Amino acid sequence: MTDLTPDLERARSLVPGAFVTPRRTVVLRLAGWAAFLGLTVWCLWAFGFSPARLLEGAMRFGNVLSFMFPPHVWTTWAEWREILKGLGETVAMSFMGTLLGAVIAFPLAFLGARNIMPSSWFRLGVRRGFDALRAIEQLILALVFIRAFGLGPLAGILAIAVSEIGTFSKLFSEAIENTSTKPVDGVKASGGGNLQTVRFAILPQALPVILSIILYNFESNTRSGTILGIVGAGGIGFLLADRINAYRWPEAWTIIFLIIFMVYLIDGLSGYLRKRIIGE
Amino acid sequence: MTTLSPTIGRFEVDYAAARRHALRVNTVSAVLFATCFFAAAWVGGFFDMTDVTLANGDRVSMWKIWAGLPRLGEYLYKTLPVLHRDTLGADIADWFWRWKVWLKLLVETILIAYMATLLGIVGAFLLSFPASRNLSPNRFVLNITRRTLEILRTVPDLVWALIFVFCFGVGPLAGVLAIGLHATGALGKLYSEANENADMRPLEGIKASGGSWFDQIRYGIVPQVIPNIISYTLLRFEINVRSSSIIGFVGAGGLGQEIRVAMSLQEYTDLSALFLIIFVTVIVIDMLSEKVRHRIIGLTGKGV
Repeated sequence: MTDLTPDLERARSLVPGAFVTPRRTVVLRLAGWAAFLGLTVWCLWAFGFSPARLLEGAMRFGNVLSFMFPPHVWTTWAEWREILKGLGETVAMSFMGTLLGAVIAFPLAFLGARNIMPSSWFRLGVRRGFDALRAIEQLILALVFIRAFGLGPLAGILAIAVSEIGTFSKLFSEAIENTSTKPVDGVKASGGGNLQTVRFAILPQALPVILSIILYNFESNTRSGTILGIVGAGGIGFLLADRINAYRWPEAWTIIFLIIFMVYLIDGLSGYLRKRIIGE
Repeated sequence: MTTLSPTIGRFEVDYAAARRHALRVNTVSAVLFATCFFAAAWVGGFFDMTDVTLANGDRVSMWKIWAGLPRLGEYLYKTLPVLHRDTLGADIADWFWRWKVWLKLLVETILIAYMATLLGIVGAFLLSFPASRNLSPNRFVLNITRRTLEILRTVPDLVWALIFVFCFGVGPLAGVLAIGLHATGALGKLYSEANENADMRPLEGIKASGGSWFDQIRYGIVPQVIPNIISYTLLRFEINVRSSSIIGFVGAGGLGQEIRVAMSLQEYTDLSALFLIIFVTVIVIDMLSEKVRHRIIGLTGKGV
């Protein structure tokens, strides 16, 4: 070990700036931390995060959790039928909603793709339209559709479909934009028209991506679709909210377990389908 | 086919078999898909009929979808405010008549999202290390944390909110915990994936110079994954703002309770006003977080 002190001293006198943090940075950093801590503490105070309240709530939550074991098992077929119907409705809603959304979004996606739609004003307008559809919360859409179509899965399906049109159009048009131009040149060189270019050069490249997007969103809609029932748009959410509101916790936990199990199943199934259709 | 050489004959046979197989698979898939489609349409109420009163007073049976479309248009039309050019200011003031309450609730909504994101960051950051394959101390811990994160994110935040409203009472506290728990599950997965993609060589260096498990993570992994973590977190913040704007529906604070009140009191124009407020907020947060992301990621010298 050689003594480094003289070297350090020399370096310090040569470049003093490298050894101290500039005051401006220190002040900014402190101000940032102070703002962060201040806001957080204020929130904790304003939202009533008192230790007593947290403890009381945690104890209640522990109580509620204790109803998880042993899980409630329904004994009559009528009860099981109700639950299974709710689960089936949720899957059917996300299936139909995803499908409807995909079917409507597919032609719209071409209007938003740069390599298909040359007019940039029109294209950007279409894209902002997609954004607006996506911005509306699915639950709010469901509430609007309930007013028109009544309580039940139909409102849920349309809510999923409308918000999926926004998501799918954006993702599909990105998939179309990401295709290679070489096949397009090939089809054009052999005399193909615009429609033939789309059919034989762009679609074969974009379709696997589009299919995988659809499968992925089907899965995520099954997850998110479970809550549509809470506001009355069909599916298992209604049964769950009903049990929770009636404080029938053992049954509520069993329903939550069944939802998790169902999402696992759909997860596995869509993974299998993706492999089958698109390959690894 | 007698003139063909044996190889080509063999090919023809194989090709025909492959075509038959493809045809069989396609037919089975098509039948399965059609069955699923009709079952889902039936369960979803696509074939349901409903009674409608026509303009001349007749009652007719109509498809539910067909009957609902005009009602939907009517409903959406009712939510639009009446704005005149000469009394524009007064009309807008009338449209946003509860702006003082709404502004307060909007601040609450954003703060709920902020606190929930904070909770999600802390929870996900702590859980992401035992949940990543390359850092977990053993398989048992790995599986337990992974399952926990999965359950946290599979149960929707609105369901957590229903449970927490019972435990902690009506108000933003329940909302923060509900969204925070859901965010922990969602962010935990993304963080642990970032950890798994990190370069393991810095860790070995720290281990070789005598660093503990904690040191390895602090100096080996965290500097590598911070840019990823920041960009995931900002995206999550946006999602949380949306969630917190509706979570009041079940009594967990924020603007959602106003949506519920407006719906049940049939204050139609309030709905469009509330929606506009949420829309503008989400767009503003979108733009701000993009700026922040670029700045921070630019500062650490990685990525865009």
